[in-house]
Amino acid sequence: MVGIFQSWNIALSIFNLCLISAVMTMGANIQWGYAGLINFGIMGYTALGGLAAVLISVDPVQEAWSAGGFDILMSLWLIVVMVLVIRFILKRFKKSKIRTYSIAAIIISGILLIRFSAEPGIEAIEAVDPAKTGFLGGFGLPIIFSWIVGALFAGGLAFIVGKVALGLRADYLAIATLLISEIVIAIIKHEDWLTRGVKNVIGLKRPAPYEVDLQTTDWFIELVEKFNSGKLGLIENLADRQAALNQLVIEGSSVFVKLCYSGLFLIVVIILLILTQKALYSPWGRMMRAIRDNEEAANAMGKNVVKQHLLIFILGSAIVGIAGAMLVTQDGLFTPGSYRPMRYTFLIWVMVIVGGSGNNFGAILGGFVVWFLWIEAAPISLFLINFFTAGIPETNALKAHLIESVPYFRFLMMGLGLLFIMRYRPKGILPEKIEIK
Amino acid sequence: MDFVNAIILLLNYIFIPALTYGSQLALGAIFVTLIYGILRFANFATGDMMSFGTMMTILFTWYFQSLGVSLGVLPTALLAIPFGIIFMILYMLLIDKFVFKYYRHQKSPPVQFAMVSIGVMFVTQAVVRIIIGPGDRRFFDGEKFIIKAREFKEMTGLNEGLALKSTQVLTIFVTIVLVSLLFWFLNKTKTGKSMKAYSDNEDLALLSGIDPKKIVLVTWVIAGILATIGGALYGLDKSFKPFTYFNNMLPIFAAAIVGGIGNPFGAFLGGYVIAFSEILLTYAYKKFFMYILPESMEPNSLVQLLSTDYKFAVSFSILVIVLIYRPSGIFKGKVL
Repeated sequence: MVGIFQSWNIALSIFNLCLISAVMTMGANIQWGYAGLINFGIMGYTALGGLAAVLISVDPVQEAWSAGGFDILMSLWLIVVMVLVIRFILKRFKKSKIRTYSIAAIIISGILLIRFSAEPGIEAIEAVDPAKTGFLGGFGLPIIFSWIVGALFAGGLAFIVGKVALGLRADYLAIATLLISEIVIAIIKHEDWLTRGVKNVIGLKRPAPYEVDLQTTDWFIELVEKFNSGKLGLIENLADRQAALNQLVIEGSSVFVKLCYSGLFLIVVIILLILTQKALYSPWGRMMRAIRDNEEAANAMGKNVVKQHLLIFILGSAIVGIAGAMLVTQDGLFTPGSYRPMRYTFLIWVMVIVGGSGNNFGAILGGFVVWFLWIEAAPISLFLINFFTAGIPETNALKAHLIESVPYFRFLMMGLGLLFIMRYRPKGILPEKIEIK
Repeated sequence: MDFVNAIILLLNYIFIPALTYGSQLALGAIFVTLIYGILRFANFATGDMMSFGTMMTILFTWYFQSLGVSLGVLPTALLAIPFGIIFMILYMLLIDKFVFKYYRHQKSPPVQFAMVSIGVMFVTQAVVRIIIGPGDRRFFDGEKFIIKAREFKEMTGLNEGLALKSTQVLTIFVTIVLVSLLFWFLNKTKTGKSMKAYSDNEDLALLSGIDPKKIVLVTWVIAGILATIGGALYGLDKSFKPFTYFNNMLPIFAAAIVGGIGNPFGAFLGGYVIAFSEILLTYAYKKFFMYILPESMEPNSLVQLLSTDYKFAVSFSILVIVLIYRPSGIFKGKVL
């Protein structure tokens, strides 16, 4: 529809983001719909996925490594030692005040020590050509790998968060995860040696061809010519036809690149959909629902609730991590400053609730519908405002003010949408189907 | 002399700002805690409700300024706050009637309430941005400083200046008055006591003839007062920007939980705990040590425990630690 009204290019970029949103929503849906765990930290996992994309695909910066790599490795080693010591203490000594205090002392002195040892390294790294690099860079591998690594990163974080926070009651869990994700973002934003921070990383490698290359490739030009042969045939003048063809090739190349992304993303969505559907109707899925609906009963039946909760928390977060890596892959840049809870946590939750929690198709539908509305809210509300104020002259202050604030109507739409769905269709557009065999 | 200088330095850069910021957080935290204790949900629209109240105050401030009304040395906003409060309360009651009431009657689980409050958050955010726009607004007028740093230096002959902004004094003063009034109300009046009873045990309170409608109404009225004043004071001290208010929700939550959620006094102190730890941990102590240590031992680095970028992260880490080791908060609140 947008393809016809605006352009295929915009339509495809919306479609791609819809696919990514769908993946994120599936991740959140696994946690909320299957297990009833509320995770407001989606933003953090998305950002970690993005970080994975950077670390995997960017070429390593040799000078930075030689300048400060040793210090960084030293501090990493220190962290490992610290964790091991704490584990050792936890195992060897009984729970007591002394143990708690000594662990606290180890952590504090460890942090000071790490800061002390890493400081010169960090400064040296950030001084290496700060306008272009100023960070360690990555491994220079194809960016597709980062989708898996992003999942691992996010899963790792989820393991730590889950260990810490899963025992909390639902709404505390929501607050705790929200705050933890803010901490993650703060770290990503300010540890410039690792992520370049707010200086952003641009020009990441792509899994798809570049537009510029496509425009000079013969087979692609022929393809475009074939597609538009009817239109081109109408143009008599040879020079005009060549110009029109060039225009079409430029347009076609960006559409083609976006189509490549769509294809890749679709594969991910379909794989995830098959896996989640299988999981939902497997004995494991049944057990998760049992735990969700009655924790005590499931516990009494001998199911390890804590372990399963942790597992599903990790799985869901890993899927969100994949989506984060996909997002950075499609944008080709990593901007830590753009991770805001509104866009990456609450909007995803609107998708989950609107689409239908506990239903994978609902999650995908929610991702599509909500993202589409989120993007198209401004044009739609502009149209509505113009329609309702048609009788009022253009110079009217109220009308001008309303038109100026069109971008904010999307919040209104999302909020009202969420409230209406919660009220009149609390299970979402596609409610959970429970088959009793 | 150096010692006095060091003390003044700490007062100027740590103590007074932290006290001000803490007061602003404390008001918000009591708001969160009241809603949590009595209406039983975590209100994710907190920050945006505060920004709504502040927006109303700003609109009235502008109106009074256009009429030429002012309070002389005091900011005009003080005059506008009561009107802001009225609109804030009306807005809250409206939302309660159309949104929260339904779920209260359904006895929905708290998670559902939290979800609904996210819807309210979206809507409020839209309303604020549509009416006043997303930009940065300053609406402070009147005398800016009570003591200027330079005057203080001349007066005492010290190296370090002590600047005291009138908004800082105003914030601390208003907070103390408001909070003492609130505690008097909660502990001494009949309505306040019935609110506490309702919060402790809903069924028992209903049995003893407490009118739930009245409790809910009074709660929203108090919440409206706290939200508007807290928001307006923050806006006067810094500036008004809807996005900042949304972000402030997080340290406010942290303060409420650290203090023990459902416990207003805990929330009050929690605000200061969060504010002081944020500022103490991210302040660069270099100058302080330059004063108190002999010259040979002066530090070369900034002596900063964490960079200021981690300001928010500090309060969240405190919250996480509290949640793990003492889930009911420092001052016993509801157990999770």
